[in-house]
Amino acid sequence: MAPVRTMLLWCPDWPVIAAEIVDGVSAATPVAVLYANRVVAASASARAEGVRRGLRKREAQSRCPRLTVLDHDPGRDVRAFEPVVAAVEEVVAGVEVIRPGACAVAARGPSRYFGGEERAAERIVEHVAQTCEVESQIGIADGVFAAGLAARSGRVVPPGDTAGFLAGLPVEALGRPGLTDLLRRLGLRTLGDFAALPAGDVLARFGFDGTLAHRLAAGQDHRPLAVRRPPPDLAVTETYDDPLDRVDAAAFAARTLAERLHETLGGHGLACTRLGIEAVTAHGQELRRVWRHDGLLTAAAIADRVRWQLDGWLTGTSRRPGSGRVGPPRPTAGIIRLRLVPEGVLAHVGLQPGLWGETGAERERAHRALNRVQGILGPESVLTAVLGGGRSPADQTRLVPWGDERAPGRPAAPPWPGRLPSPAPAVVLPEPLPAAVYDAAGELVRVTARLAVSAPPARLEVAVPAVDGAGSVAPGAPVEIVGWAGPWPVDERWWAPAEARRRARFQVGLTDGTALLLSLAGGRWWVEAVYD
Amino acid sequence: MAGRMVVGSTALAELVRPASGSDPTGAHQLLPVLPELAGLLPNRGLRRGSTVAVGLGHPARSGSTSLMLALLAEASRAGSWCAVVGVPTLGAAAAADLGIELGRLALVPHPGPEWATVVAALIDGVDVVVAAVPGTVSASVVGRLAARARQRGSVLVPYGRWAGADVTLQVIRGAWEGLGQGRGRLRRREVTISARGRGAAARPKEIRVWLPGDGSSRTGRVSSAGVVPPSGGPAVAAPPGVGRTGSRRAALTVVGTSD
Repeated sequence: MAPVRTMLLWCPDWPVIAAEIVDGVSAATPVAVLYANRVVAASASARAEGVRRGLRKREAQSRCPRLTVLDHDPGRDVRAFEPVVAAVEEVVAGVEVIRPGACAVAARGPSRYFGGEERAAERIVEHVAQTCEVESQIGIADGVFAAGLAARSGRVVPPGDTAGFLAGLPVEALGRPGLTDLLRRLGLRTLGDFAALPAGDVLARFGFDGTLAHRLAAGQDHRPLAVRRPPPDLAVTETYDDPLDRVDAAAFAARTLAERLHETLGGHGLACTRLGIEAVTAHGQELRRVWRHDGLLTAAAIADRVRWQLDGWLTGTSRRPGSGRVGPPRPTAGIIRLRLVPEGVLAHVGLQPGLWGETGAERERAHRALNRVQGILGPESVLTAVLGGGRSPADQTRLVPWGDERAPGRPAAPPWPGRLPSPAPAVVLPEPLPAAVYDAAGELVRVTARLAVSAPPARLEVAVPAVDGAGSVAPGAPVEIVGWAGPWPVDERWWAPAEARRRARFQVGLTDGTALLLSLAGGRWWVEAVYD
Repeated sequence: MAGRMVVGSTALAELVRPASGSDPTGAHQLLPVLPELAGLLPNRGLRRGSTVAVGLGHPARSGSTSLMLALLAEASRAGSWCAVVGVPTLGAAAAADLGIELGRLALVPHPGPEWATVVAALIDGVDVVVAAVPGTVSASVVGRLAARARQRGSVLVPYGRWAGADVTLQVIRGAWEGLGQGRGRLRRREVTISARGRGAAARPKEIRVWLPGDGSSRTGRVSSAGVVPPSGGPAVAAPPGVGRTGSRRAALTVVGTSD
């Protein structure tokens, strides 16, 4: 398969141009964009004063004292490049963004449509310049890699001539500093020299990445273009002249907006699993909450969620207990803008209800109730447990927010030696309670490295968390131990010192009929779980 | 042909009614419970709309959590949705061992001050709602939640002190077996459960069951977490006088009944 004839649009010094577009730093003055104290890009006037890529900040400033130094911001580059891609898309279809500042299209379609590759290139460059006021160059060659190099000089490499074009270029063009350094020392100065090496030897000496570079140097760019599909704008927005401050008015607004969103999604044959609800109040406060759903959101379901959310925002403060985190404060004014953003969009393959409908109905009802609770307390407050592998009861269980994917925290498949025998404890303490176990003589029971118990455990003192909640613990009353088993050693992750845990576990039965799971780690006793 | 098919499907639709339907006819009104516990409940099951409280045991840690889970187990396995509010320490492995389908069990560990609102919202959509009672709950809230459960056809299971439940189950005694002095392991526990209530359940009942039962006699089901006894000893033989039937499930076994 021959490489795809590719047309690549390249905007020189893109980080500098992006800074001009976004931050208003004029690219006509000496400007350099630095990342990790090295120059990444410089404006033309800075280059004229001797500022080069890879210079340190001090050195660049000494060569050009008037230099404006900017931090590299990939986000800024991408944001500024988006209108350029849109402008290219207005002229040709099937654009792939290579990186901010460079995008590629398959050359065949545009060249036929505009009557020649040069004319298509001219048309694109002109349109980009008119629409975005951005200078750009186009290179055309076989394959993205060669087209990228051709774009540096604005060349059109004739079909089939790409290998010859590449052969004359220095090996630095590969953009792999480690490899090019080595190639230079081996006396290979051009891509042609490198490409002349036998492929098998290159694989043996330079590994997989070296082979890839070798193929690129030979003009065999087999990567097909992964074209960017313009995302359909699915979000629906509504602005209200009278701020919504009552729940019933908000509910009515929610209903129409939800139906519009549902229609849009249905028109594209899509469904969404997460729904982002954004609201802006009259005072400019922005509120946002994402709702998850592991089934399909119908129009009524979307409307319900929006209504609950607006209800929550307009009437209540959502204070999350336990975590001590306070939810977003109540808005100080009515809502003037409402936006529904479908996230996690998937193709509507159709969610099958149960054959006789009951699964669907029960499920729908339960999900509605649970989503309602998520609206009151926040999405992380309704959980579902997933069992996986692990040696302690707390490790085996993973709690995931309701509606998220139920994937276990650890695979259940490995044997997990040292797992607890059945039955599993019904009460698993999220935080183990400190305890102390004494023998008949009143000495703290210890376990030697060879797992010998110093003396049979006789009494247990479990610390009781103090009522003041300050995290302090007070020793509880001692209870007599009537039966015990252990020690069962658990030695986990000894290969990773930071996570290594070495414990000895005991089951103990107390006089009052209670059974506990205790563990001894580093000379301290803990209550891990209760067989309640 | 098409007409016949439509007629056929209508006939079927009448035969198979959604289990969650609000029609008040007999069998749909009951959620199943484990047969060992059925004797404690007036209709040998959890009647939709009723309130079945699980009181804390006398030594606080002697089996009330297991009893609460055992009460849910059969209904959950039969396809009902369950929710547990305010129990952050629930052991999911124990729940799965008893037969609860974790995919249909929602946990709200920290309902906070919104407790009553959360429980009410869950009653609207979930078949069995277990709610750990936070401290004291006013009589008006008790009445409101019970009325809501009655109206929606859900079963409310308050876990803790609760006045006005139809039935209150409580663990009176619990004794573990299998633990020696430095040997053995916890194998099973004999618990005595009492039930008292009003109406049909007014006569106090008491049963003794193994809760949890001896895992070795469980043949059909092995939990995904698996079980490996480190001591590896043989299973304890059933003590004399224990009426263990050869049932597939022995997570819970009736030891004896004394009314």
